[in-house]
Amino acid sequence: MGPTLVAGLREIWAHKFRSLLTMLGIVLGVSSLVAMSALVTGMERGAKEALIAIGGLARIRIEPAELPAEQRHLADQAVGITLRDVEALEQNIPLVTLTSPEMRIPVTVSANGRTFRPWLCSGVRPAALEMFEHRIAHGRMFNEIDDELARNVCVIGTATRDELWGAPEDIGREIIPVGETLYINGVPFVIIGMFEHYESEQERREREFRQRQQPQPQAQTGPQRDRGWGRRPGGFAFRLKNSTIYLPLNTVWMRFRGLVATTGFGPPRLQATNVVPDRAEPVLSSLEVKLASIEDLPETLQQMRNVLMVTHRGIEDFQFRTQEEWAEQIETFVRNARISGGLIAGISLLVGGIGIMNIMLASISERVREIGIRKSVGASDGDIFVQILAESVVISVLGGFLGMGAALGLVRLVSQLSPTGNEPIVTPLALGVAFGFSVVVGILAGLYPAVKAARLNPIEALRYE
Amino acid sequence: MALVELRNVSKIYHLGGEEIRALDNVSLDIEEGEFISIIGPSGSGKSTLMHILGCLDTPTSGTVKLDGIMIQDASPRELAAIRNRKIGFVFQFFNLLPKLNVLQNVELPMIYSGVPARERHRRAMAALEAVDMANRAKHRPSQLSGGQQQRAAIARALVNNPRIIFADEPTGNLDSHTGETILQLFRRLNAEGRTIVLVTHDPEIAAVTPRRIEIRDGRIAPKPDLRLAGLQTRQ
Repeated sequence: MGPTLVAGLREIWAHKFRSLLTMLGIVLGVSSLVAMSALVTGMERGAKEALIAIGGLARIRIEPAELPAEQRHLADQAVGITLRDVEALEQNIPLVTLTSPEMRIPVTVSANGRTFRPWLCSGVRPAALEMFEHRIAHGRMFNEIDDELARNVCVIGTATRDELWGAPEDIGREIIPVGETLYINGVPFVIIGMFEHYESEQERREREFRQRQQPQPQAQTGPQRDRGWGRRPGGFAFRLKNSTIYLPLNTVWMRFRGLVATTGFGPPRLQATNVVPDRAEPVLSSLEVKLASIEDLPETLQQMRNVLMVTHRGIEDFQFRTQEEWAEQIETFVRNARISGGLIAGISLLVGGIGIMNIMLASISERVREIGIRKSVGASDGDIFVQILAESVVISVLGGFLGMGAALGLVRLVSQLSPTGNEPIVTPLALGVAFGFSVVVGILAGLYPAVKAARLNPIEALRYE
Repeated sequence: MALVELRNVSKIYHLGGEEIRALDNVSLDIEEGEFISIIGPSGSGKSTLMHILGCLDTPTSGTVKLDGIMIQDASPRELAAIRNRKIGFVFQFFNLLPKLNVLQNVELPMIYSGVPARERHRRAMAALEAVDMANRAKHRPSQLSGGQQQRAAIARALVNNPRIIFADEPTGNLDSHTGETILQLFRRLNAEGRTIVLVTHDPEIAAVTPRRIEIRDGRIAPKPDLRLAGLQTRQ
C-alpha cells in the first residue's frame, strides 16, 4: 500500500498543474460545504441566543385570555390570574421549578430633567431575575424584604439609563445611576441596581467595530431627528430586555393597583376585569413558570390547566404561551438553509468528481504501456486497481484539504470584512463531513477508471504505442 | 522433471468468425539451466508461445507446467504472482518506466512481491552490480544508451531471482556491437546457472544458444537447419 501511494503522489506531482485544476472542483465543493455550514451555524447560534435571552423553551407564560364563547356570560365571575394561582401551581405541579408573577403598568418615568415611557415597567418578585435571565451589573436586585415592605426601589436596564442620563456611546463615559432617584408616574423611586447591557453577539461585534472605526459624522440634511431603530439591528428580545424597569410586586400593588394591565401586552382595558367583586387577591398581568424539563410539555400543560381551572372556578380566562413556535421557526430555517447549502455543495462535489474521473480516464489511456509493464513484472489486477484508485483519492483528499483551508480563510475574511453579521462558526463536525465527502468522491470517481485499468490485457498493453 | 513442460498446447484466436491457430498442438520441455532460442519468422506463433510460457496468456487447450505448477487453469492473480516470482522478462523496447530512475525500475518487481524498502534497495543494487550498471542507478532511462537501458531491464528481470528468463528480441533495437555485449551477458548469466529462453527471428543470434527450436505455422519445425538458414541470410 505504501509504495502504491507513493506512486500515486509521484504521478500527481509529475502533473502539478493538471492535478491542481482537477482538484479545483473538490476545493470549491468542500469549501462551499464548510463555509455554508459555518454561516448557518453562526445564524443558528444568533437565533438561539435570542431565544435563550427571553428565558428559553422551558419558560411558559400564563396570561389573561378572552373567555371561550360558551362561558361569555360568566365574564363578571372571572377572577383573573392571581397570586393564588402561583401558590396552587407551586404546590401541585412538581415540574414547576420557578414562578414569577408580574404586574405590568404603563408609566412615565422622569429623572435628570428628562422624561420617557419605558416599554416594560412591571412589579415582580426577585425570582424574575432568574426567570428572564437578567444579570445585575451594578448595585443589587431588590429582595424579599423590599418586596414585603413595599419599598420604593427599582432596578433598571441600560436603555432607561440611556434615555435619562445618556448612552455611553454618545457622552463618552458610562453613567451608573445607582442611588439616584427616579420618578415613576410622579412617585419617587431609588435606583438600587442596574442590569448589564444585553446584546446579541452580532450587536456586540458591530459596536466594537464602530469603536475601532473613526466616528464619522452622519451626513444629515433637514432637521435633527431620530433615525429610527433600523440603524440598531439585532433582536427585539434584547431591546425589550434592556428597557425593562422592575419594581417590587407589592409596591406596584400598593401604589399603582388601578393601572395594572390584565389584558396581556397593550394598554389596560377600560372595563378592567380586575374589578372583581370580592377582590381577595391581587390580580396579575401574567404569570411565568419555568419547568424542570420540556420533555412532557403537553402533559404538563394539561396538568397546569387542571390546577388553574380549580382556582379559576372553572372559568377559562387564561391561556398558555410557549416559545415552541419560535424554536420551530429557528429549526425550520436552519434545516432549509442546510439543505439548500448542502445541495449547492453537493453539485460542486459532483462536478469535481466528474472532473477527477475524466482526468483519470485520460491518464490511464496515456499510461496503457506503463500498466502493461507493471503487469508483466507481476502486478496483479488488484495492484493496478489500487494504484489508480489511490491516485484518485489522493487528488480528491488533497483537494479536500485545500478546500478546508480555503473555507477557513473565507470565513475569516467574511468576519473581518463584515463584522455585522452573525459570526460564522466552523465546527469540527463540518470539517469531518467535508473530509469524508472528499474521500467518498475520490473513491467513486476513481472506481470506473481503476476497473478499466485493471482489466487491461497485459499483452495488448505491452504492444500499445 | 523438466522446469517447463508443454503438452499438446494449442492457442486458437477467433477473428471475424475465422479460426486462427496461433499454436497447434505444441509439446516442449525446457530443462533447468538451459539456454534455448525459439526462432521463427513473424506471425509464426513464437510470440504466442512465449506469452504462454511467460504466463501472460493461457492456452486454449493442453497443459503447461512451470516449476511443478499447472498454469493453464490458474487465476489471473496466481498468474501475476508466478510472473512476479518465477519469471523475468526482457523486451525488445526495454520497457522501462520513463518516470522512474533505473534503481526504482529495478525495484518495481519487488514492490509487488512485498519486499521491505531496505531489502529492495540492497537487492536492486546487487542486480545492477551484476549487469555492471550500479554507477547509473540514479539516471532516468532517457539519459541512458540503448545498451544501458537493456542492461537495466535485465537487472529488473533478475532481481526477484526468477526460475526462468524470457528475452523477446533483446537485441532487436540495438546496434550489432551492443547487441553482442548483451548476448555475452546472457551467456554469462547462463553460465551462472540461469535458465534463459531467447525469442528471435534472427538465426544468427539464435546460433549462440546450444539448443534451438524453430516455430513454423504454429508448430515446432521437425529439423531446424540453422546453419543453412544462417548462410542464406548472409548471402
